[in-house]
Amino acid sequence: MKERAQLLLEIADDELILGWRDSEWTGIAPFLEEDVAFSSIAQNEVGHARALYELAARDLGTTADELAFDRKPEEYRCSELVELRLPEWERTIARHVLYEQADAERLARLKTSDDAELAGLAAKIDREEVYHRLHAEMWAERLQAEPRFIAALDELRPLVDRRKGHSPELAELWDEMTSVRRSQPAGTKW
Amino acid sequence: MIYEVFRQERKGQAFQHAGSIEAADERFAESYAREQYGRRGESQALWVVARDSIMRIEEFVDELNRNYHRVDGYPLKEKLKEARERAGTAAPRDR
Amino acid sequence: MEQREREFLEYVQGGGQVEAGDWLPDEYRARLRKFIEMHGNSELMGVLPEREWILRAPTLQRKLALTAKVQDEVGHAQLIYRVVEDLGKPREECLDDLISGKSKFHNVFHYPTKTWGDVGVIAWLVDAAAIISQKALLKCSYAPYARIMKKICWEESFHILHGRDVILTLMNGTDDQRELVQEALNRWWGPLMQFHGNPIEPEQDPMFVWRIKSQGNDEARQQFLDGYVPQIWELGLTVPDPELRKDEESGRWLYTEPDWDELMHVVTGHGPKTEDRLDLRRAARENSAWVRSVLLAA
Repeated sequence: MKERAQLLLEIADDELILGWRDSEWTGIAPFLEEDVAFSSIAQNEVGHARALYELAARDLGTTADELAFDRKPEEYRCSELVELRLPEWERTIARHVLYEQADAERLARLKTSDDAELAGLAAKIDREEVYHRLHAEMWAERLQAEPRFIAALDELRPLVDRRKGHSPELAELWDEMTSVRRSQPAGTKW
Repeated sequence: MIYEVFRQERKGQAFQHAGSIEAADERFAESYAREQYGRRGESQALWVVARDSIMRIEEFVDELNRNYHRVDGYPLKEKLKEARERAGTAAPRDR
Repeated sequence: MEQREREFLEYVQGGGQVEAGDWLPDEYRARLRKFIEMHGNSELMGVLPEREWILRAPTLQRKLALTAKVQDEVGHAQLIYRVVEDLGKPREECLDDLISGKSKFHNVFHYPTKTWGDVGVIAWLVDAAAIISQKALLKCSYAPYARIMKKICWEESFHILHGRDVILTLMNGTDDQRELVQEALNRWWGPLMQFHGNPIEPEQDPMFVWRIKSQGNDEARQQFLDGYVPQIWELGLTVPDPELRKDEESGRWLYTEPDWDELMHVVTGHGPKTEDRLDLRRAARENSAWVRSVLLAA
């Protein structure tokens, strides 16, 4: 049980933190149509995180919100790729492309799991990810000749699925992410 | 490029013009149309068309008053009233 | 006014609508475009006070709902600027004028958001004030704008639900949480009362005369007070205006006259957060200019 929970947290944390970073583009994406599209991707990521946290929460006897927000930064199991602040569009898209590729492989493996619940959830998430992948491919094609995009891919590729530790950026992110929630005692409804 | 978006709310209904989006090509247009007109599950289907592909027809010629093609070419009310009176079957409020 | 203009005026005052390709009097076109452009600017600037709270949302559900709300507003800006573009002013020009301060956006988006209480108050009351104005645009004489208003109003109704949910949860929570709401309300009341604009008689308001709006400013404000003051009072909150009451005889709300100088000062670009927010827009736009070039080049 606990093993499954740890795996779920790894994926959930990836999706939550990536969703948080992607949300940083809300209102300031390169143009409005893209702002709306990218915001949907961010929402889907948080939605996936929520579904994964809910499953893990049952295993661990807690709630999705508590798992998402009430752990300390060191306890998060996200990869080093997702926690970086990337205020340049080419780096954000490079991350998006690399993450979607790795995530597709991860989901493909999970879909074949003996654990029916896990396999089922992976299949649902995978179906939503189809549009993320199309979006990433569309941008990758458009930017393929851009040196800054190629440089960003090279820069970020080593961080895919790397979980050797956390950068200080995660602690900063966590601080802002939980600031409202921490202002009241645990268990307060929002 | 500007793409016009038509949406169908429920199966069987007509597609209605819902607005336009700007996109670099068809792939982007599809992505953006999905987001702008489908993210809340409000549409059954979308038709997305480049504005330049739309043929506009706004002028129709009717020089010789073809009222036989229109409802006003068939003035029934008065004739019906007269016929009912002749037959003594006029509706109470007509008498 | 020449004959053709007069006929146009009679037509729209009789409920007639026009399309993008129709002949429009110069004055109508100019006023219409400016009005719609200001709306687009407002939706876009409205994103900035709220976006930071997405990152701080205290539950996953709130995070999702707030992201969706802000996304809607960006979507509205997109729809609205497209209408302006079809009236002859390209989006890039609109954004240039917004950033340079040449064009305006509504007062409420020039103020800071300080707490989670603001998130609730904005979605509940500011959006409610906006939806009243927006409903008055559903019958706009300019059909392309009226049509997008349908989608905009539909989406705004979700925002108000979200706002109400946030507020009710806070009011049922801790003393600190209730205080968050009251404190936010105290700060937002002034701008809210100014939101619908100066008390100009509808017949003197060109927006009404040309049937761009179907409602005068004061009427909109009265509608807002009618709908929302009872909602505020029933939660045990106080409105920071000792004069606020409904006159039983006339059925009209009485209140301390809003500060019209403040309104003028703010919308002409001197609000507490105006410069910061325009700077953010400017920086974002400059940094992403290369992206737009790449897409255009293909």
